[in-house]
Amino acid sequence: MEKKNNFSFQLDVTDFLPADESEKQSMVIMRESTSFWKDGYRRLKRNKLAMISFVVIVIVLIMAFIVPSFYPYSYEQQIRGSENLGVMEYSKEEIARMEAGEKVFPHLLGTDSLGRDITIRLLMGSRISLLVGIVASVIILVIGSIYGSIAGYFGGKVDMIMMRAVDIIYTVPDILIIILLSVTLKYPLRDLAEKVPGFQWIETVGVGLISIFIVFSLLYWVGMSRIVRSQILTLKEQEYVVAAKALGASSSRIIRKHLLTNSIGILIVTTTLQIPASIFTESFLSFLGLGVSAPMPSLGSMASQAIGGINSYPLRLLAPAAMISLIILSFNLLGDGLRDAFDPKLKN
Amino acid sequence: MSKILLDIQDLRLSFFTPAGEVKALNDVSIRMNEGDVLGIVGESGSGKSVTAYSIMGLTAHPGRIIGGTIDFNGHRIDRMTEKEMRKIRGNEVSIIFQDPMTSLNPVYTIGDQIREVLFLHTNLDKKQAQHRATELLKLVGLNDPEKRLKQYPHELSGGMRQRVMIAIALACEPKLLIADEPTTALDVTIQAQIMELMIELKKKLNMSIIMITHDLGIVASMCRKIVVMYAGKVVEKGTVEEIFYNPKHEYTKGLLKSIPKLNATEREKLVPIPGTPVDMLNPPPGCPFAPRCEKCMKICIRSMPEFTQISDTHASACWLLQKEAAQALKGGNSIGK
Amino acid sequence: MGAYAIKRIASAAVTLFVVATLTFFLMFLVPGGPFLSEKATTPQTLKALEQKYGLDQPVGVQYVNYMKRIVMGDLGTSLKMRGQEVNDIIGQRFPVSARLGAIAVLIAIAVGIPLGSVAALNRGKWLDNIIMFIATTGIAVPSFVVATTLMFTFGVKLHILPTYGLSSPMHYVLPVMALAFYPTAYISRLMRSSMLDVLGQDYMRTARAKGISQFKSLFKHALRNAVLPVITYMGPMLAYILTGSFVVEKIFTIPGLGSQFISSITDRDYPLIMGTTIFLAFLLITMNVIVDIAYKIIDPRIKLK
Repeated sequence: MEKKNNFSFQLDVTDFLPADESEKQSMVIMRESTSFWKDGYRRLKRNKLAMISFVVIVIVLIMAFIVPSFYPYSYEQQIRGSENLGVMEYSKEEIARMEAGEKVFPHLLGTDSLGRDITIRLLMGSRISLLVGIVASVIILVIGSIYGSIAGYFGGKVDMIMMRAVDIIYTVPDILIIILLSVTLKYPLRDLAEKVPGFQWIETVGVGLISIFIVFSLLYWVGMSRIVRSQILTLKEQEYVVAAKALGASSSRIIRKHLLTNSIGILIVTTTLQIPASIFTESFLSFLGLGVSAPMPSLGSMASQAIGGINSYPLRLLAPAAMISLIILSFNLLGDGLRDAFDPKLKN
Repeated sequence: MSKILLDIQDLRLSFFTPAGEVKALNDVSIRMNEGDVLGIVGESGSGKSVTAYSIMGLTAHPGRIIGGTIDFNGHRIDRMTEKEMRKIRGNEVSIIFQDPMTSLNPVYTIGDQIREVLFLHTNLDKKQAQHRATELLKLVGLNDPEKRLKQYPHELSGGMRQRVMIAIALACEPKLLIADEPTTALDVTIQAQIMELMIELKKKLNMSIIMITHDLGIVASMCRKIVVMYAGKVVEKGTVEEIFYNPKHEYTKGLLKSIPKLNATEREKLVPIPGTPVDMLNPPPGCPFAPRCEKCMKICIRSMPEFTQISDTHASACWLLQKEAAQALKGGNSIGK
Repeated sequence: MGAYAIKRIASAAVTLFVVATLTFFLMFLVPGGPFLSEKATTPQTLKALEQKYGLDQPVGVQYVNYMKRIVMGDLGTSLKMRGQEVNDIIGQRFPVSARLGAIAVLIAIAVGIPLGSVAALNRGKWLDNIIMFIATTGIAVPSFVVATTLMFTFGVKLHILPTYGLSSPMHYVLPVMALAFYPTAYISRLMRSSMLDVLGQDYMRTARAKGISQFKSLFKHALRNAVLPVITYMGPMLAYILTGSFVVEKIFTIPGLGSQFISSITDRDYPLIMGTTIFLAFLLITMNVIVDIAYKIIDPRIKLK
């Protein structure tokens, strides 16, 4: 027999003793196994843009929901003599008060033509936008999940009829119906608030805001219901669901325990991305004067009112415009990050 | 003996991923003659497809050849530019991929896709190309070729699409045909049909074929020579008879034990190979199969064995063979004394 | 194919019917109904109006009459612009909006597709990062922000572009930019991800294995597949451009249908609101049907369904 190598004479006999298990295992480097959530969280943390967006969102939330409660001015307060002040300017009256030793909180972004502090209006406008975005998305999530999971779980004729309805709503040009609803819905709502006891809260929240919630939840749940349904359809073929059925679990228990918990990732991502979409539409409606009613500010209506004075007071336009863009951008980036981290398959 | 068609020497190829360098091929040497049918077997990730793609100059980003040579039909593939490679691809060497369902472009007709390769490498005019395409479809056993040429890939079944892929590969009468697991994605009956077609075409056209597979049955029915790969390394090579009846490497033995035999006389158990392949990001210094090897020795963990030549055609890289050889030599010496 | 087209058109007709019905009944939420202006206070005028619109009849009859008129293509008469037919107003205003919208659509496609492809081909490099940064910002900015920012920068600060009306080609620049900004950004993102998807497909490997140059395989094999998802975006894009036109026409004072629609809302000109809604819904739904059918023709895979 011929050999290529010629060092066989120098072979050490001990080299040819059998290796034990631990020696063999030393060659195998096992990567740490991680759970779905841990893995996703790690990926999310590595996504700098998403993390920055998350911080921005938290800051904006604090500014919009906490800061106004101890801010020295209120959004509808008209300070006489302080109309049309520029950034950090004081009116004569205020200067006099300061000279008298009183402390006057500065108008960080100035005041508008009615003497209202722009900073607090900007914060309140952000509050409205965020409120619309978050509340509408939660409503959409609830309606969409319930509808979609029922259709997907029962399948067959139920599914067919329910999804045909979804198809029709889906093809309805939503923005036109939203405008139409915004135009008309405030009348019955106002009636309801004035005449029916127990509905006064509508006035407090605002007819405009309530009608926006109704409009969004009437139209935007269809997308969510489609996603949930297709999730359920794939999941219900899985063995553990068949096993649960065989063990006699009720339908509602299966939907809650097995199906919804397993599609939770996709629900979180879709809801996060629904928030900026809702804010987008709200700002559009407010810009056209169909959103929340005065004196309640909204970023869209603030921008709309500022257009006339764009030459002299560009900041009144640019501040809400920048704010709305920042909010939507942050939510978009966070949603994209969540999607990449928890459900890479969902891309497009 | 006939002319050497392909000679791969000490080929090393790595993928430079963000996580680090993945050493996909380590000193791979393969040689085949004109007219040979060579089987490359191994499990997923063993580097068999990467080897095949490197012959086509199709190493995917971020992979790069970092050492060794590939000599094909007088071309130094490892040194050729992309432009030079393009003249060879689909012309002198062509390839059939694993999944016929996704390997054809869905928005062009079968005819478009066959004629495309003809226009690239031949001077045929439209009419001639059409004629040749029809001829090719007949060759691969598709009925009604004129109609097929006008159809889109989705209108054909998986088996038919694989036949189309074969037609495209054969269009310019290549010297070498690489078949990268051509039947893995197909139904068992279709698998047999495609294999039959390949064997028939081989007889008809007398070309060289590299058959990449993890199915030893396919190799046995078709190939004359076999290369067994494990974790980016060639661990054993030889003729079909040598590998099947006289396997020397423990991994090859394991592979053979894990295939079912139809004509088993007694109740034989199928024996899977325990364990998982090594991490290619940090390959161990020793034999990559050591952690899964029943007869693993201390030296196996420390260093990679050289090839031991068992016959002219049969070689295997295993320390056990070195041990046997050493013992035989020592025995011989003692007898001499 | 024919069967699909018929099915698609039928379902569009159902949608349109739903929209028209919804429009009719929503308008009844308005106190006094949509056809009475608040100013018509004298009993005589009220009576005359009621008779004219058949308001004294039961709702069911009114609904049937209303639907009949719509099917005949009669969208009614404006409340505020006395004697003007809604049809005439739309006929006058729509061409202006359509021209603006069409230019914006063309620009969005012509800019978005190359941008997205370039980004995909330079994946991870600075060019990709820049394009995607702009595109991601682009889809986060509402049209009114884009429009007002453009107006402020080029009209008010730099004084280089007109910001009022549409009297010369230069007047088109800002409104078209404002309208096309979001769709361009969206198409770029869509095109990038679809291009990346296509580049990783097996048939691209087949093309290379045939010996095609990368440039040619990109144009012949990748682009045609990658563009398909963009076609599906055409429907939503038209809806977006329409929505955008409400805002953009208002900001740049353009005498199109969008600004007309918005002023009809502030004027509470309900017949005009209803008529325009139905017209626009018809337009969008029809365009969607056309896009859907075109998609089936372009993508051979879907023909079987």
